[in-house]
Amino acid sequence: MNKKQLEKFSPWILLVVVIALWQLVCSAFNVSEFVFPSPARIWEQMIEFRGVIAAHAWRTYWVTMAGFGLAIIVGVMLGFLIGSSRLAYTAVYPLMTAFNALPKAAFVPILVVWFGIGIGPAILTAFLISFFPIMVNIATGLATLEPELEDVLRVLGAKRWDVLIKVGLPRSMPYFYGSLKVAITLAFVGTTVSEMTAANEGIGYLLISAGSAMQMGLAFAGLVVVGAMAMVMYELFSYIEKNTTAWAHRNSSSH
Amino acid sequence: MNNSPFVDFQDVWLAYNDELLALKQYAVEAIDLKVQEGEFIAIVGPSGCGKSTFMKLATGLRMPSQGSIRIDGQPVTGPLKISGMAFQAPSLLPWRTTVDNVLLPLEIVEPHRSQLKQKRQEYEARARGLLQKVGLGGYEDKFPWQLSGGMQQRASICRALIHEPKMLLLDEPFGALDAFTREELWCILRDLWTEQRFNVILVTHDLRESVFLADTVYVMSKSPGRFVVRRQIDLPRPRDLEITYTKEFTDIVHELRGHIGAIRKQSAPVAQ
Repeated sequence: MNKKQLEKFSPWILLVVVIALWQLVCSAFNVSEFVFPSPARIWEQMIEFRGVIAAHAWRTYWVTMAGFGLAIIVGVMLGFLIGSSRLAYTAVYPLMTAFNALPKAAFVPILVVWFGIGIGPAILTAFLISFFPIMVNIATGLATLEPELEDVLRVLGAKRWDVLIKVGLPRSMPYFYGSLKVAITLAFVGTTVSEMTAANEGIGYLLISAGSAMQMGLAFAGLVVVGAMAMVMYELFSYIEKNTTAWAHRNSSSH
Repeated sequence: MNNSPFVDFQDVWLAYNDELLALKQYAVEAIDLKVQEGEFIAIVGPSGCGKSTFMKLATGLRMPSQGSIRIDGQPVTGPLKISGMAFQAPSLLPWRTTVDNVLLPLEIVEPHRSQLKQKRQEYEARARGLLQKVGLGGYEDKFPWQLSGGMQQRASICRALIHEPKMLLLDEPFGALDAFTREELWCILRDLWTEQRFNVILVTHDLRESVFLADTVYVMSKSPGRFVVRRQIDLPRPRDLEITYTKEFTDIVHELRGHIGAIRKQSAPVAQ
């Protein structure tokens, strides 16, 4: 195997090594499955409860995507607003930073009061936790225009709007796709955290109920499934990013 | 055609903001300038002398604090759509191909903007023609980052000319290029100008460049930013690169160099 192939397969190799080590430790020290289940046990449970896990996973998936969709819409609009106007930037940014510093899990009880147990709090928690990076990245892309280019266009009679649409938005696209990768993983965190206390369905709920029934294998299986879903979505957006904004990732030595 | 100048600066002063105006600190002062239609002028001077400020005034991006500017017989009240600009940085958009970059002004400036849908093919043919003229034939559909610095600058000049402006403003356009590429682009600019006879205002700190290309060279002093010397260049046209090695040519460059040296001495006596 040459170096390039090694690099390509390195995440899989590492995964296999970690699982093997985990299994080895569990078998060698005979760790109780109620404390720390072995990979084999997790796999067993995953197969055994595959129907249940799939139903909960599907729920978590679409709830996350709903919250994430909302985050894209609101994040892009807010980002556009604060990136295109200096006044809006100055006014909104400190408030947004303060908001972002709040732990989103703390909103769940409030959301439950407003929307009851169910999809409402989960979608909104996913949204609240993931719109911030999208907003910041769109705003950054818009705010870092070269002044010369703006002069070239303004001399032609370009309005601010023209400059934003023709130059600002395409320019911020790589930032946007970059932020989607971060935001989608955060959205899964939001949904799962919310489901743990405020839902009767979803992987978060499964984790709590499996935990309280001492079914540690099942709880771990739930974690594995959330991780896998987040990773697949991350790779998807990474793929879209590479194929739509190739100009920003060029491997050229000139400039 | 009447005899009134195409560009007419009358005692123009500019301070960048009200505080500087109150302190009487002007970026440029007492600019008097008359440029005939189709004339090629160059402005030279030490860096930071207000050359770029002058460009902003000439395009209407900035209004003077005092004095009046008339271009093409009209008082300047805002950005002038009859002009095209190019800077030292080509600033092409990396997500557009070269030909689409050149077409950008037509998506903005009227009347082309509203005709773009119907006349797309005609405009594209014009852009491709222009690119071929500057030696970028075969590179039209490449992306800017696949071109060399000199090629990018050629495309940038095409972008400044695509809407057939009456006035071309160039702010040190060849400053970042190597000597050979620079001379090549001088000739390209000379040929475009000879063919279309738009007005050119070229800001540069390369004296040979200014003498080779311009009809008139203005020397600007640093703080205060004023025009201190106006030098007509009477070298016969068409000028060939060979001319830069003649005595007449080097004499003029020498003379201008003397003026610049004098300015530098005045403004920075300690450094000498």
